[in-house]
Amino acid sequence: MTAILRIESLAVSFDGLRAVDGLDFQVEDDELRCVIGPNGAGKTTLLDMICGKTKPTAGTIRFQDHEIAEMIEYEVTRLGVGRKFQNPSTYEDLTVLENLEISYPEKRGVIGSLFFKRDRALMDKIDEVAGQIYLSEHLHAKAGLLSHGQKQWLEIGMLLMQAPKLLLLDEPVAGMSPRERELTAELLHQVSGGRSTIVIEHDMAFVRMIAHRVTVMHQGKVLAEGSMEEVQNDDRVIEVYLGH
Amino acid sequence: MVGQRRAREGRPAGLIPPLVLTALLLLVPFALDSFRQQLAAKYLCFAFPAVALVLVWGYGGILSLGQGLYFGMGSYFMAMFLKLEAAAQDNTGSALSQFYGSSLPDFMVWNSVEALPWWWRPFHSFSFTILAILVIPSLIAFLLAYANFRKRVGGVYFSIITLALAAIASIVIIGQQGYTGGVNGITDFKTFLGVDILSDIVKRQLYFLTVFALLLATLAARFVLQSRTGKILVAIRDREDRVRFSGYNPATFKAFVFAAGAFLSAVGGALFTMQEGLASPSLVGIVPSIEMVIYAAVGGRLSLTGAIAGTLLVFSAKTFFSEHVPEIWLFLLGTFFLLVVVFLPSGLAGLCEKLVRAEWRSRIGARRSAPASEKVGRGLGVSSPP
Repeated sequence: MTAILRIESLAVSFDGLRAVDGLDFQVEDDELRCVIGPNGAGKTTLLDMICGKTKPTAGTIRFQDHEIAEMIEYEVTRLGVGRKFQNPSTYEDLTVLENLEISYPEKRGVIGSLFFKRDRALMDKIDEVAGQIYLSEHLHAKAGLLSHGQKQWLEIGMLLMQAPKLLLLDEPVAGMSPRERELTAELLHQVSGGRSTIVIEHDMAFVRMIAHRVTVMHQGKVLAEGSMEEVQNDDRVIEVYLGH
Repeated sequence: MVGQRRAREGRPAGLIPPLVLTALLLLVPFALDSFRQQLAAKYLCFAFPAVALVLVWGYGGILSLGQGLYFGMGSYFMAMFLKLEAAAQDNTGSALSQFYGSSLPDFMVWNSVEALPWWWRPFHSFSFTILAILVIPSLIAFLLAYANFRKRVGGVYFSIITLALAAIASIVIIGQQGYTGGVNGITDFKTFLGVDILSDIVKRQLYFLTVFALLLATLAARFVLQSRTGKILVAIRDREDRVRFSGYNPATFKAFVFAAGAFLSAVGGALFTMQEGLASPSLVGIVPSIEMVIYAAVGGRLSLTGAIAGTLLVFSAKTFFSEHVPEIWLFLLGTFFLLVVVFLPSGLAGLCEKLVRAEWRSRIGARRSAPASEKVGRGLGVSSPP
């Protein structure tokens, strides 16, 4: 297997606080990886650095054949990295349809967008994605009127429109009802096919439902890595995280 | 099935309002005397920057407090052309002008400027002037905006920059009297390409030209807002950080809409100078720039037609108050503005929209004998009514 993402001795500090500290991390093609760890372990910061939101102070991030650590957000996005944030961030004044439409990875310049026409291919894609994220009936509703769980799905849908090769999801089931969690797990199974996915999650039951492999982070470093079972039986992991 | 039904909310309203307004404006010359028609023409020129602010502020989320700068550029470029044409025929300053071997604008002669500055010379040419009006303000606006937005300087900081630039421009114009006409501005034009611009017929033609140009500006702005670029602008306005992760560079979009606003403002400025026979620093600085924001706010910053109506309304109120209660008219105008901002945050257009929607709802409600709910089901298992 080839690694789609290869991170070596990555570090970043904020005002002297080392949020991520000499991290080595690798994600294979088609893998669904869960990253868990206590608060402040540096999980979200790790995603921030992969997608270009935060610039690392040291280390390298290779995505396919590109060194992306120094790139700007939209350049990383255009290479095929999609990011979902912890709080649902959709465009609330636009409809579900428009949210999906502007996530379509074509004609991202001003002039191209000015003369952009909705064509059959786009509408088919939107129909397909809207079905996947359980929002077919709400295409013309403003995103701001959706429920919290629906907003989370819409954001995943926006990522699907982007068709990223690497999908970064930060707590996708936060604030969801148990039923919504199940549906989201099902959704993630569907959407992670054919691409690599990194999921940050606190909900261990949910992690068990979806993960191929699990990475445990602690104090900016990788504490343990392996299958859910291996990780759960690791003494250090129990001590710092699962034990309480 | 998708895409056939279009969402109504959050969009610039349909074609009916701008067309109705245009039709009404076309009737003005037949209903009012030439003095009032002249006033209406002047007001309409200020509707251009108001429409620009709907784009830039209402949808782009960039509060420009310096739209007068671009209005002024259009105005001064046109004035330079008209002044050079007037100077060529003029004979008041001719003794001195002939002495220097060229026909200088009168104010230059009075200020002992001996030769036409190099940057005045291209304005002998009509086509250069038009090109300058259409290109230079928007180009400067684009470069200025891009430089700031690329470095992620935005919000209040950018507003202050626009304000400062407008202030600087008016100070420079006043300071450089020999080259710019100073505080008096540039005035006393006679002809435009040989046609007498002071005659009533030409004034009426210019009025119609202004109305049509304003309609075109509105339609062009509407096209931008309805395109995908327009939706991205709304997305940037509400969540700029997120837009980067949709793969767009917000700086180019914001710079584009800022430049488009400068373009429209400059056209308004040029039309103003042709009809009022004046370019003045008092139309460039902070006060006129902020007044332009007031026009858009009163009319409704999310409505193109509303901005035009707002401009006409504020100006009419200004004229009315100053004619009838000259001692306190500014206070009344200020009160009027405060009332609108406090009670009608989306301006008069927002009020109209609310009334129309309420009317529409009650009609549908009467027909179906059930309230038409557009609410989306919150949570699972609740779907919207068919």
